[in-house]
Amino acid sequence: MQVARPFSGTDRRQEQVGLVSQALQYIFSGITAGSIYAIVAIGFNIVYSTTGIINFAQGEFFMLGGMTAVTLSAFLPLPLAIAGAVVVVGLVGGALDVFFFRRLRKPSILQMIIITIGLSIVIREAALHIWDEKVRALPYFTGDACSSVKVLGAAISPQVFWVLVTVGVVVIALHCFLRYSIVGKAMRACASNSTASTLAGINATNMRTLAFVLSAGLGALAGCVVSPISMTSYDMGTSLAIKGFSAAILGGLGNHMAAVAGGLAVGIAESCSVHYVPAAYKDAIAFAILLLVLFVRPQGLFGGTEVGTSSREF
Amino acid sequence: MQRHPIIPIVALVGAIIAVQVTATLSGREYYLTQLIMSAYYTIVVCGLCLVMGYAGQLSLGHGAFFALGGYTTAVLTTLDFSSGAINLAATGLGRGLLKVGILVAQTDLYGRDFVAFTPWAAFIAALLLTLAIAVVVGYPALRLRGHYLAMATLGFGLIVYRLLLGTEWTGSADGISSVPGWHILPGVVICGKSAHRVKNYYVAWGLVVFVLSFIVNVVRSRTGRALRSIHDGELAANAMGIHTAGYKLKVFVLSAGMAGVAGSFLTHYNGGIGPSEAGAMKSVRYVTLVAAGGMANVWGVLMVGSVLTFLSLRGCFGSMDHAVFGGILILIMSFAPQGPLKPLGDFLSRVRSACRRAPRDSAAGRPGDGDLPGRLG
Repeated sequence: MQVARPFSGTDRRQEQVGLVSQALQYIFSGITAGSIYAIVAIGFNIVYSTTGIINFAQGEFFMLGGMTAVTLSAFLPLPLAIAGAVVVVGLVGGALDVFFFRRLRKPSILQMIIITIGLSIVIREAALHIWDEKVRALPYFTGDACSSVKVLGAAISPQVFWVLVTVGVVVIALHCFLRYSIVGKAMRACASNSTASTLAGINATNMRTLAFVLSAGLGALAGCVVSPISMTSYDMGTSLAIKGFSAAILGGLGNHMAAVAGGLAVGIAESCSVHYVPAAYKDAIAFAILLLVLFVRPQGLFGGTEVGTSSREF
Repeated sequence: MQRHPIIPIVALVGAIIAVQVTATLSGREYYLTQLIMSAYYTIVVCGLCLVMGYAGQLSLGHGAFFALGGYTTAVLTTLDFSSGAINLAATGLGRGLLKVGILVAQTDLYGRDFVAFTPWAAFIAALLLTLAIAVVVGYPALRLRGHYLAMATLGFGLIVYRLLLGTEWTGSADGISSVPGWHILPGVVICGKSAHRVKNYYVAWGLVVFVLSFIVNVVRSRTGRALRSIHDGELAANAMGIHTAGYKLKVFVLSAGMAGVAGSFLTHYNGGIGPSEAGAMKSVRYVTLVAAGGMANVWGVLMVGSVLTFLSLRGCFGSMDHAVFGGILILIMSFAPQGPLKPLGDFLSRVRSACRRAPRDSAAGRPGDGDLPGRLG
């Protein structure tokens, strides 16, 4: 997700511009990465609030989306390939719920964590066997790898704007869906009290499946838009899932809008860290933020009552 | 469950000897190589069993503790401490250590002269470092529960992995190789040479027996009862005056220490270590083995852990290695969350209690598995 650094200017004035543009460069690349973490975090939130499951396979949806779209784009126009990938991965997400989580009666948290971990391994290995270990990428939506837009001296790839616009649209659409549509309201009802919503005539089981479909589909969409810049490989899921989880925790688990803020914060912190520590340690930064938040303020920056040390037990 | 833990331990020792004798007599001594490696991984798994099965805390960071032990050993025994940025040998402390024999001047395979720590010193340093880091990580982490604890330990593991991968003096992606053998006892060297294979086999499995008897004793002690009460209901345990946080930390540090010891030994045996040992897949694999062995059943974990690890090391699962472990995780957690051996154990204990009850005709007798926590949740 790194965009090439601009050449610094020759004279002093240009150097100053160079500094500003370098900072801007970091921030833009951080926002790009961060908006992706935000989507993954929202995926965590949707599933968690309706089912109580933290889906460790969340990052795998992202990878599957990119991979499927790359394959479909060989014989479909790009928009159709992406739409197809979103549908396919959404169905995979729904199938996971139907086949694995629906049939568990009163699962313990340990059981659920371990099953989602198992699923993430199996999905990853399946992807390795279906595709291969090669790194793939969708073509740039507009322009190519070299084209860039100058913003205050920082060179920004047009794909970055695609990512930002898509994530923005998705977040707003999701918000409207949950707030104004009847299905969205039903989902929120399930999230706040599953038993009461069942009594009110909502099919809670289907809502759980819908939550999985939604989070998988969103993950796939994010996986597609970011594929041209960050590439897609079969093993990208785990670290992405943990960064997304960091974002979700930072914002406060269950809160979609806070997840966006959390995602951006993690992304920017990560990309600015490159300035201070070797780039090889970049990934460790997000994990360090995760540990710090978990240890210091597990309810997140905007979190309410649901905290890591609550009475939820194994 | 084990009223006389000495009997299964003796049986285990017998089995260990029988396997070696069979392998040697049938001319398949090369199997011992993988058996030695699987012994060390089994130690990690048994230690994790203490945390997961008995205390009910999920750790996805045990691969990192293993790697910490291994890397400390590898760095201290291979890095040259007499030149460059870390010229320890030139300092007063270094000269003192050289005199005592903790630092030793030596020559490696390629004729390079260097000054490094002796394996014993490196081992003790590895153990202490692992324990210290386990305390630092475990103290805040064990206040978390469920998802949060899992993610925190996973995050810790990934940090260690990334640091190992990105640091030059830990060999980056290549890891560290040419770790020397360890003269642990007179005549016994921990190294990969086939001449030392049988001795190494007994060192490795001897360590397993030692760790296992230690675990069995912990489980049967006051600490073990406290752990089970934490597993069954932490609030209730707290209310009974059990210092749950202290016990959880103690057992976490203990099991991290076991992982560190295993890492240190295996690094000497393999002659090197790579960053993948700290990877998430390794940690998940240890969790898989504990789950497959039945969580709170250290004997089941021992059996399943050593057999599956051995098969995996022999390459029986081919390119499906990871997938097999993932599949096992899903299947066991979906269908038999108490482990595949649980139905067998239930059957045996029913038989045993039936045998016991029949002659005495006592209605007060409890089924034999009374002290085994029967459920996960």
